[in-house]
Amino acid sequence: MTALPSKTDKKLGLVIDLDTCVGCHGCVTACKGWNTQNYGAPLSDQDAYGADPSGTFLNRVFSYEAQQSGYASQTVHMPRSCLHCEDAPCVTVCPTGASYKREEDGIVLVNEDRCIGCGLCAWSCPYGARELDREAGVMKKCTLCVDRIYNENLPEEDRVPACVRTCPAGARHFGDLGDPDSDVSKLVADRGGFDLMPDLGTKPVNKYLPPRPKDQLDTAPLNTVADEPKGFLGWLDKALDKL
Amino acid sequence: MHPAPSVIIFTTFSGLGFGLLAWMGLGIPDVGGMTLLAFFVIAYVLAAGGLLASTFHLGNKKNAIYAFSQWRTSWLSREGVAAVVTLLLFGLIALARVFMGADMAFSGVIGSVLALITVFTTSMIYTQLKTISRWSQPLTPILFLLHAIAGGALLAGEVKIAGVLLAALAVVMWLHWQQGDARAANRGTLGDATGLGHLGEVRMFESGHTGGNYVLDEMVYRVGRKHAQKLRMIALGAGAVLPAAILLLTPAGHATAFIALALHIAGAIVGRWLFFAEAEHVVGLYYGK
Repeated sequence: MTALPSKTDKKLGLVIDLDTCVGCHGCVTACKGWNTQNYGAPLSDQDAYGADPSGTFLNRVFSYEAQQSGYASQTVHMPRSCLHCEDAPCVTVCPTGASYKREEDGIVLVNEDRCIGCGLCAWSCPYGARELDREAGVMKKCTLCVDRIYNENLPEEDRVPACVRTCPAGARHFGDLGDPDSDVSKLVADRGGFDLMPDLGTKPVNKYLPPRPKDQLDTAPLNTVADEPKGFLGWLDKALDKL
Repeated sequence: MHPAPSVIIFTTFSGLGFGLLAWMGLGIPDVGGMTLLAFFVIAYVLAAGGLLASTFHLGNKKNAIYAFSQWRTSWLSREGVAAVVTLLLFGLIALARVFMGADMAFSGVIGSVLALITVFTTSMIYTQLKTISRWSQPLTPILFLLHAIAGGALLAGEVKIAGVLLAALAVVMWLHWQQGDARAANRGTLGDATGLGHLGEVRMFESGHTGGNYVLDEMVYRVGRKHAQKLRMIALGAGAVLPAAILLLTPAGHATAFIALALHIAGAIVGRWLFFAEAEHVVGLYYGK
C-alpha cells in the first residue's frame, strides 16, 4: 500500500554541507556508476555520443551565486537528490503501490515490477528528484544505496551511499537523522541544518548545512590604491606620464 | 507542465462522456430504443476512449492492472476505480433500458452520482499537487465538473440548461485564471527554493546538466506562457461564451446546437492544453525559471 508509515524506526538520510561542497560532480558520477549496475533497471542514456545527449541521473549538482549589493558574490554548489521525506507526496499519489516508504529505515523506493511509468510521483515532488527512465519506462530515484548500506559482502567502510563514499571534500554525511545522538543529527544541530522548501510540508529527512559566513574585503580588488601618489611611486607615475 | 496529447484527450473527452452519462442517469434525454442506444454508444466512446487515451503516455503499460489497487491513498487510483464502476453500472442500465424497457430510475441516479464522482476524482489528480500552485485551488474541481455537466447537457440536447451552465463555466474559467495567476506569482524565488536567500540575491551560476532531462521536459515546459493571453480568449470565447450566447439567444434547433457543440469542444481542447502548458511547477525555481 502506498500509505505512508505512521512512524519509521530510523530516518536514514544525508546531510550535505554547502560550505564544503566544491561542485566537482564526483557524487553524480559515483551515483550513476553504482546505480546503473545494481538495484533495478540501469540508468540509461540517450544519444550519449551524439549531438544531443541526455540521460537519467539520481543526483545532480547545481551551482548558484548569491550576492549582496556592494559585496563580492559567493558561489554555492548544491547537490540535489531525493530527500526521503517523512511526508512524501510521491508515495501517496502513486496509483499502483510501486512507490513506498520503508517502515524500518524511512527509505523511499520504487518497486519497478509495479510501476506503470505514469510520472505522477515526479509531478508531486518539489525537488525534481525523480526521473522517468526513457529506456525502461519506469521511475528512477535515489535508493540511498540500499544495496550498499546493508551489504555484508562489502568492507565496512563501503557500507555508505556511493555519493558519500566518493566525496573528496567530505561534504556528504550519511546516518540516522531520527536519532538525536547520531553524528549527523549533532552536525545538523551545530551548523543550523535546514530543510529545502519546508512550506510544502514534505518534512525532508535530508538536511543541508548553510555556507559559513565569509569574510568580506572592505575594498574591491581593483580600486585605485592612492589618488595622488607620493614618494617613489609618485615620481614613477610622473615619469611614465611624460614618456 | 508538458501538455501530453494523451492527457488532454483523456481529461476533455472522458469528462464529456461522463458528463453525458450523468444526465442520462436521470433519464435525460427522454428517448428510448435505438436512439437511446446511440446516446449510450456516444457516451461510452467518449468516456472509455478518453480513459484508453490516458494509458498512451504510460512508460510501462504492462503493470496497468495495479493502478486499481491504491484507492485508499491515490486520487489516480480512485479515478480508475470510479470510472470502471460507473461504466459497468451504466452498461447494466443501458441493457435494461434499451432492450427491456425498464426505467432503472434509482440505479440511474446512483449512476449519475458515480459519473460526477469520477469527474471529481479526475480533477483531484491535479488539484492535489501542491507543487503546481496554479492547479491546487478549490476552483479546479469546479472547473472540471462544470465542463463535464455543461458539455454533457449540450450532448444530451438540453440546450437551454447547457446555455446557462456554459455561462457559469465562462465565469469559473475566468476566476480560475485570476486565482491561478495570483497563486503562481506567489510560488517563491530561487532564494526561497535553495534556502540561500539570506546570502543575498541568488542566481543560477551553472545548471546541474548541460543536456535536457526528464524534469525539464516534463515540468519546465514554457511554450504555453508566451501566448497564454490569446489562448485564454480563444478558450473562453469558443469554449463557453459563444456557445452560451448561441444556445440562449437563438431558437433551439439541431444546426445551432451542433455549432455550439463544435465550438465548445474546440474551446475546451484549447483550454485544457493551456491548463497544462501554462502551469508552473515549483521545481522550475531551481533552474531560475
